[in-house]
Amino acid sequence: MKRGLYILAAVAGLGILQWGMTSLLLEGPIRQGPYYYQILILAGINIILAVSLNLTNGITGQFSIGHAGFFAVGAYAAACVSVYGRPLFVGAFGFSPPWIQDSLVLIAASGAGIIAAALAGLLVGIPSLRLRGDYLAIVTLGFGEIIRVLILNVDFVGGARGFIGIPKLSNFFWVFLAVGAAVITVRNMERSSHGRALLSIREDEIASQAMGIPITRYKVMAFVIGAAFAGLAGSLFGHYTMYLHTNTFTFVKSFEIIIMISIGGLGSLAGSILGAIILTLLPELFRGFSEYRMVIYSLVLILVMIFRPQGLLGRGGLMGRKRKAS
Amino acid sequence: MQAFLQQLINGISLGSIYALVALGYTMVYGVLRLINFAHGDIYMLGAFAGYYASRFLHGRAGNGFLETSAVLLFSMVACALVGMLIERLAYRPVRKASKLTSLIIAIGVSLFLENLGQLVFGADPKFFPQIIPEKMIALGGLALTNQQVIVLVVALLLMAGLSGFIYYTKWGTAMRATSYNLDAAKLMGINTNVVISLTFALGSALAAAGGILVSLNQPGIDPLMGVMTGLKAFVAAVLGGIGNIVGALLGGLILGLAETLVAGYGSSTYRDAIAFLILIAILLFKPEGILGKGQVEKV
Repeated sequence: MKRGLYILAAVAGLGILQWGMTSLLLEGPIRQGPYYYQILILAGINIILAVSLNLTNGITGQFSIGHAGFFAVGAYAAACVSVYGRPLFVGAFGFSPPWIQDSLVLIAASGAGIIAAALAGLLVGIPSLRLRGDYLAIVTLGFGEIIRVLILNVDFVGGARGFIGIPKLSNFFWVFLAVGAAVITVRNMERSSHGRALLSIREDEIASQAMGIPITRYKVMAFVIGAAFAGLAGSLFGHYTMYLHTNTFTFVKSFEIIIMISIGGLGSLAGSILGAIILTLLPELFRGFSEYRMVIYSLVLILVMIFRPQGLLGRGGLMGRKRKAS
Repeated sequence: MQAFLQQLINGISLGSIYALVALGYTMVYGVLRLINFAHGDIYMLGAFAGYYASRFLHGRAGNGFLETSAVLLFSMVACALVGMLIERLAYRPVRKASKLTSLIIAIGVSLFLENLGQLVFGADPKFFPQIIPEKMIALGGLALTNQQVIVLVVALLLMAGLSGFIYYTKWGTAMRATSYNLDAAKLMGINTNVVISLTFALGSALAAAGGILVSLNQPGIDPLMGVMTGLKAFVAAVLGGIGNIVGALLGGLILGLAETLVAGYGSSTYRDAIAFLILIAILLFKPEGILGKGQVEKV
């Protein structure tokens, strides 16, 4: 009961914020308002990506570098639903006001994005999670690239031309509703017995197996949930930019998400959020001398990892502990 | 049949480049258990070092053979130094920390080199000067270019040299000992820091040679050229069995052949995917690679 009230209050608060954003930034007096609004949206999407990758990489300790692949699957699946399915919705719900129609289309599209990404996660996760460490990393990288190349060859979604004509349906309200959902899901999971199982897998796979934890099932579960949220982020991204191209989803994007969670602190939820915000803002702040910004950006990553390997908000000890030579 | 043989030759030529780059991955992985993501970018640096060296040398070195050798040597030495520098500054400080930290740093170094390259060399492709004029060699109806022959011969010579070094010299023995067990090697009085530096130097020099050889064939070089080649060379290393020198050679050749055949008979858009498909297949069915030895994880 109380929880329901909180959710209602949060939704109402977001609705008011959205109204405020629209009247201040988009149509309002603030100069460059739309620019700030866009940064906010992208930060939100990056937060969802970082938090979801943190579930696999940080909490479960399975180093995946193919997150952009799931992001892409979600984005394209959702865009397909809204581009090809929108007329159906408009036909069926023609009597309702346009914003209800838009919301329904976005919800259906995001649902499709989530399911498609989760299925892709399952498909990738089941075979590859038998592998460990570096091998897993490189296989997820390979899967991410394969997903991208496959999408590039599907003419149905634009292929190499890119996917155009996606309606602009997502906004501040939906993005931050999704951020809230992702953060709360991951936080609750981390504190549940499932979360402790995941942490134990990260700390010592063999020991947790000996304790009777079905490690493969948990790994796949973490992987699928992470992929599902990446799919949600993809849906919101596509419905914000209105255009999708596979060049957005190269492994550079996966690296970017990894940098977010590493700078913030692997395994730390607050760290992932902070990392996502920093990495969204940093390039914008350096826009003045844009040739140098990527150089500085990578240098910052190297220095943070050398001098504070646990990340800005990470706790020392857990991940930084030296493993026994094996 | 003739077309097939032609593809075969192209594939072997491409594969020997992959093999050269894969050797660096495999050696570093063998010693440090680290995927050196920056290795592909060393290959790019090698191509650029060769580009500037050959522009400087053009017409001064007498004949083409001397010029090519000088360019190759300069670029290999330069990249060996860069490789050692990267190891010293970026990887050594975190060697004791978790493997993940070094992996993330490797990603950071790779991004750093790519972006520094775009800043210093410019993002637009440069055209590698034709040090050796292209000549066609007809071989029973097959068209070979002299450059393909050079690529193959140089690559084979370098690989033979490397094997000689690793299997028949004292330093090579020290390197093998270090990759077998770093701590035990240290206890036996091997200066593992020097060995690791040496590994980086050798690997980087080979990658630089690969960069120059590939630019002889395909003269367009740009700061991002190392990204895909680096990844594919890594796939080649895993395919052959990472940590295994002969495996890297074998993996490189298989990958080069597979890629040319897919591009020749299938669709060239799937060219980049085939490497990863091979990778996934090998990791699912024989994760230790063709020649690698399986490792049992101990508690």
